[in-house]
Amino acid sequence: MANEQQIQTELVQKFPFLAEKFVIKRERRIFCETAYDRFLEVFGYAVDKMDFRIFSTVTGLDEGENLSFLYHLSRLDGTLLNIKTSVSKTNPVLKTVTGWFPGSALYERELVDMFGAKVEGLPDGFRYPLPDSFPKDQHPLRKDWKPEMLPEGAGSIMEEK
Amino acid sequence: MKVMVPIGPQHPALKEPESFKVMLNGEKIFEVDVRLGYNHRGIEKACEQRSYIQDIYLIERICGICSHSHTTNFVQAVEEIAGIQVPKRGLYIRTIVAELERIHSHLLWLGVAGHEIGFDTLLMYTWRDREVVMDLLAALSGNRVNYGMNTIGGTRRDFTPEQLQEILRTMDVLEDRTKYYIEIASVEPTLIQRLSGVGFLSKEDAMRLGAVGPTGRASGVNYDIRRDDPYAAYSDVQFKVMVNEHCDVYGRTLVRVGELMESYSIIRQLVKQMPDGPVAAKAPRRIPVGEAISRYEAPRGEDLHYVKGNGTDKPERVKVRAPTLANLQSVAKSLENNNLADVPITIAAIDPCFSCTDRMIQVDDAVFTWERLRAYGIDWYKAQRGIDFREVKKLPW
Repeated sequence: MANEQQIQTELVQKFPFLAEKFVIKRERRIFCETAYDRFLEVFGYAVDKMDFRIFSTVTGLDEGENLSFLYHLSRLDGTLLNIKTSVSKTNPVLKTVTGWFPGSALYERELVDMFGAKVEGLPDGFRYPLPDSFPKDQHPLRKDWKPEMLPEGAGSIMEEK
Repeated sequence: MKVMVPIGPQHPALKEPESFKVMLNGEKIFEVDVRLGYNHRGIEKACEQRSYIQDIYLIERICGICSHSHTTNFVQAVEEIAGIQVPKRGLYIRTIVAELERIHSHLLWLGVAGHEIGFDTLLMYTWRDREVVMDLLAALSGNRVNYGMNTIGGTRRDFTPEQLQEILRTMDVLEDRTKYYIEIASVEPTLIQRLSGVGFLSKEDAMRLGAVGPTGRASGVNYDIRRDDPYAAYSDVQFKVMVNEHCDVYGRTLVRVGELMESYSIIRQLVKQMPDGPVAAKAPRRIPVGEAISRYEAPRGEDLHYVKGNGTDKPERVKVRAPTLANLQSVAKSLENNNLADVPITIAAIDPCFSCTDRMIQVDDAVFTWERLRAYGIDWYKAQRGIDFREVKKLPW
């Protein structure tokens, strides 16, 4: 796993705070974690300087007091670098990564609808994936959300205007 | 004059519900806005409330075509968390079904592409041939689309020696037919002239917008999860990754037709090298704490599943990123500067699958009367698109 170790060495040298939470789980699967204030630096470095030019998606996670986000970046050699970061659930503000990958807009809209994240810099556009009539303060992938919380008719195309 | 034409969410040119707001300058498209979500079924949330075994059957129903792609991807992630070694024979069977699924998907696409350009003879021919692989899948698994082959630890069914021989015989029939399609794709002016230069997507845009699978490979992105992040039995077989630099719908056709030939070769190698032994390892009901990411080259491109286990029999989180969601972002770009008439074939060229993309459906128990449906449609278009259909004369029925 020389390739993976080389990536670890370079990233940790550049960002020493990553050393504590850097795991090579197996061949081509690298996980690291950073506080949100340094996240964009790490993300940008991996994309611009280390050739992680494929952005597969971002996975949202409800971890109690925090919302965590796992950004999946890959390289043409098949290595997948997963950068995790967390923000407080009371003020879950992220900055968009559409500057690097314009295609990430839909993935980020999914975080807005399903987890209630606020993504700064996200271009205007339609909601995704929930319908316009779905309550804006309800986020189905949060652990405390239950389908019973939906007001009658919400999210339905049958809703009377 | 600049005009906005709404295409979808219900439109004869689309096979599934999605909405494209196409801005035109004369006949030329200068901007496209895509709206999705009409198929959202909440499968990720539902997975958290069901056991891992139930989830396999739920995930199999994310998509009618790539059913095996999604289950394989999910069980691979779970097996990695639980540290289960799948027996080689199980991996070979998974891979054979995966390639049969690719064959049926690509033949289906070729027919749809023929239909979208008014070449319906191609649709009739390819869909007739597709029945050959569908019959084979039904004979092997009992089903034409949801095969139910996967379980955590391996596969639920084994293949008999007679079934393996039948697979080889079917590959000969399909290869013969595919050679004919390759000839059509290389000499038939109807196809070449209609598809060349349509839906242009540069390599740079394909990378930037995250295009995957045949869409990316036809724009010169040399990337295939089967080769670059191998899973199942792909490390044991030789195959070529189909890449070209056409950057248009014609290139996407050549990639898929070429991939059909590679699939026949992969399946023959797997049948010949098929190891003996069990097809599945015993898996625990409770999956330990941990997380894993599995990737899979589905017929439409990279499919990604993230699974997080919490030590119980239900997952903490399941995330699915299907290839169409990645490819859709390149559609808007590739439609720019094309004619309005190119919209159906350019959208079809990514082989879109919106069930995969959205993962949700809304089923209401109420019934729309014709009057109410019409009134709803008029209100919807007025509110969303600023078009008033009230002026349109009511049809006599």
